[in-house]
Amino acid sequence: MLDVKEIQTIEHDVLVVGAGGAGIRAAIECAKQGMNTGMISKSLLGKAHTVMAEGGMAAALGNVDSRDNWKIHFRDTMRGGKFLNQWRMAELHAKEAPDRVRELEDMGAVFDRTEDGLINQRNFGGHRYPRLAHVGDRTGLEMIRTLQDFCIHQGIAIHMECIALDVLKNNGKVSGLVAYWRETGRFVIFKAKAIIFATGGAGRAWSVTSNSWEYTGDGLAMAYRAGAELMDLEFTQFHPTGMIWPPSVKGILVTEGVRGEGGILLNNKNERFMFNYIPEKFASETADTIEEADRWLDGDKEARRPPELLTRDVVAKAIMNEVKEGRGSKNGGAYLDIASRQSAEHIKKKLPSMYHQFKELAEVDITADPMEVGPTLHYFMGGIKVDHETQSTNVPGLYACGECAAGLHGANRLGGNSLSDLLVFGKLSGDYASKYCQKNRLESTSEQEIENIIRNATDILNKEEGKNPFLIHENLQKIMNNHVGIVREEKELIEGIEKIETLKVDIQEVKAHPASQYNPGWNAAIDLSNIIIASEAVAKSALIREESRGGHTRLDYPDETKNGLEYNVIIKKGTDGKMETRKEMRSTPPEHLSKIAFSSLEELEENNE
Amino acid sequence: MSERKFSVWKGTPEGGKLHDYSIEVDKGMVVLDVVHEIQKLHDSNLAARWNCKAGKCGSCSVEINGKPKLGCMTRLNEYGEDETITIRPIKTFPIIKDLVTDVSWNYEQNKKIAPFKPRERDADGNHRFMQRDVDRVQEFRKCIECYLCQNVCHVLRDHEKKNKFVGPRFMLRLASLEMHPLDTENRIEDIKKEYGSGMCNITRCCTDVCPEHIQITDNAIIPLKERVVDEYYDPFMKLYNKIFKKSKLRIYIIKSYLVTLR
Repeated sequence: MLDVKEIQTIEHDVLVVGAGGAGIRAAIECAKQGMNTGMISKSLLGKAHTVMAEGGMAAALGNVDSRDNWKIHFRDTMRGGKFLNQWRMAELHAKEAPDRVRELEDMGAVFDRTEDGLINQRNFGGHRYPRLAHVGDRTGLEMIRTLQDFCIHQGIAIHMECIALDVLKNNGKVSGLVAYWRETGRFVIFKAKAIIFATGGAGRAWSVTSNSWEYTGDGLAMAYRAGAELMDLEFTQFHPTGMIWPPSVKGILVTEGVRGEGGILLNNKNERFMFNYIPEKFASETADTIEEADRWLDGDKEARRPPELLTRDVVAKAIMNEVKEGRGSKNGGAYLDIASRQSAEHIKKKLPSMYHQFKELAEVDITADPMEVGPTLHYFMGGIKVDHETQSTNVPGLYACGECAAGLHGANRLGGNSLSDLLVFGKLSGDYASKYCQKNRLESTSEQEIENIIRNATDILNKEEGKNPFLIHENLQKIMNNHVGIVREEKELIEGIEKIETLKVDIQEVKAHPASQYNPGWNAAIDLSNIIIASEAVAKSALIREESRGGHTRLDYPDETKNGLEYNVIIKKGTDGKMETRKEMRSTPPEHLSKIAFSSLEELEENNE
Repeated sequence: MSERKFSVWKGTPEGGKLHDYSIEVDKGMVVLDVVHEIQKLHDSNLAARWNCKAGKCGSCSVEINGKPKLGCMTRLNEYGEDETITIRPIKTFPIIKDLVTDVSWNYEQNKKIAPFKPRERDADGNHRFMQRDVDRVQEFRKCIECYLCQNVCHVLRDHEKKNKFVGPRFMLRLASLEMHPLDTENRIEDIKKEYGSGMCNITRCCTDVCPEHIQITDNAIIPLKERVVDEYYDPFMKLYNKIFKKSKLRIYIIKSYLVTLR
């Protein structure tokens, strides 16, 4: 018999779930506020997906172009997000990002410098001015290592290779969480006043993805089961440039920094096809001739930006269309050429990991030959719905930040806005979760609830016969790729949702080897119970939004609609246990922000304060 | 597609043995893909670590045909078509299960190192330093903590002197702090006494296995050894040590002296 009293119990004021950039930053803030802080991570510390972020961290420091300021960053973020962002979050982000970057420097990060010795900034898609503080093409690694080396001296209890199962509640409030240690397979109960989710997205639901095994929507699903609302899940970002050859590396990210450094996209006729895909909204700010685009690369401040640096949704769809119309590269993508644009020395200096990645995994020398690239599922704009000021969910004591939270990016995220998001909202969630702890006491936990969570997990081990979790996961990935891919339509989505329903039955029958110690099959089976919820939520949100906007494209509704701007899609677990979808009307934007978002650049540049 | 033979070590702290598998392989596959194939089709209980699958996180360190490598960056076509590829866990750290080892000792070493202590910002709120200062430490900061260097270091692997030497990974970290353009802490004494810089006998095995191609020995360990020598065995510095004991001024003078030496 299971005796809950025998299970290891650890008490914290705040428990942070996830140890990527957002999670560590949140934990640092809680510790700073004097909270007894714990942080759990699925992997070892320092291995989170943040290491994969390459290009940089967007912040209007104005070091490279002094015309930049927070208002222009805010405006770019809103335009990139197709105005579906939470206005206040985009404002907070643009205003606070510079301080968060400087703070990271004081924790030890070493950013590339300008000639004057200041933090250097690079160009990126959708950002009007060079804005991304960076470290070659490994900014994410610099960020996570800096936070990691800093956080180990802050008195935070770091619980590595510890996998969260579900949130515990009492009187409707958070009271703790049940997890298990990968190493031993033993369970652990965390008692906490507040929990911050920083668990990332659910990119592993697709077969072509840049995401690692950890990205199974755990936070989304746990929050959903605990009664929290999810929002904007139809907006999934397909990064336009993932590797496509050889098959085993399909999906691995090729940084947008390649285009930021001057890289161009070509089809099999050697045409720079992006000139044919400039949306009307961006036409006045985008170069319309190769000559002008090249002048921009040479540093002419009067020249407009090349179309390769349009937002990710636009570039991904352009590549898809070239392939569809028979102008794709040999293996079904586009050519990304930096070799003819920059010297070998410059490429190796500015894009060292890309150079190695292609050399070692694809046997391509990017200083001599073009890369072959195609869209890869990269990022969730949607996630857990949070209050735009405090990052709290509708469950008292539960907070979310980073990729698993919705709101900042709207319908499409700009490159470079993720690393800054992690820091800005990691800090804020830590701040407000600490405030919550000061006003609330530790709730009691229910033995029955704990027992149920544990039984659900151990049932997988105790079956005589059952289904293979890895094969079910593969099936799910195929369903999402085929039915909820980069271009969607009603019939496909409905069919996809039906297939997901069938898969749920299979998941009930999943079985793992009975050894609970470091058992990947067991982990995969538990992940399935989360990723299936995230997948269903994406498919259902995609079905209900009858328009195309940002990271959500419908063949049957190819245009943005006026009405589409008036609501966000919300997902909630219904009282009958079924997933409920609804459209929630957006409130009127604050006047001062709407004025900035619709201003001309000239007005904002003059108004630099 | 073709079939290839693999031999994978499975076991626990009590012991284990190699298990043979015949796996269908595709063009461009890496060793980590094979581990995943085995988990999916043959043995869902085979324990292995991985994350990014792109050589950036340093999770999937193993020994492949006796050579310490990242599973995700080792292509099968590096080996002869008929050659059996053998995958074992890294040897220097205790086994947890199969290909997973207990690397927590490394996290303990990191925690022992005195943290970064930045100088004051300029009056306008900025830090200023030159790209060449950045380039020097960024080589060290490229480290992905795969611990392959720790795994091959003789001091740790063969002589079991984990209590005397922090290993190449943390000599690298110390170098990144000591040469950090903004850092004001002095760790020279600890580098000698606590972290055991004298234990390294410069065989460069760590440098050879580094997947990031960091010149660990030449650019990090040797300069640190030189700094220790300068402080402890240089007659000029000995005199200064006597006069100034452990004052801030002394640290400043040592640092400026070292700059002129380099």
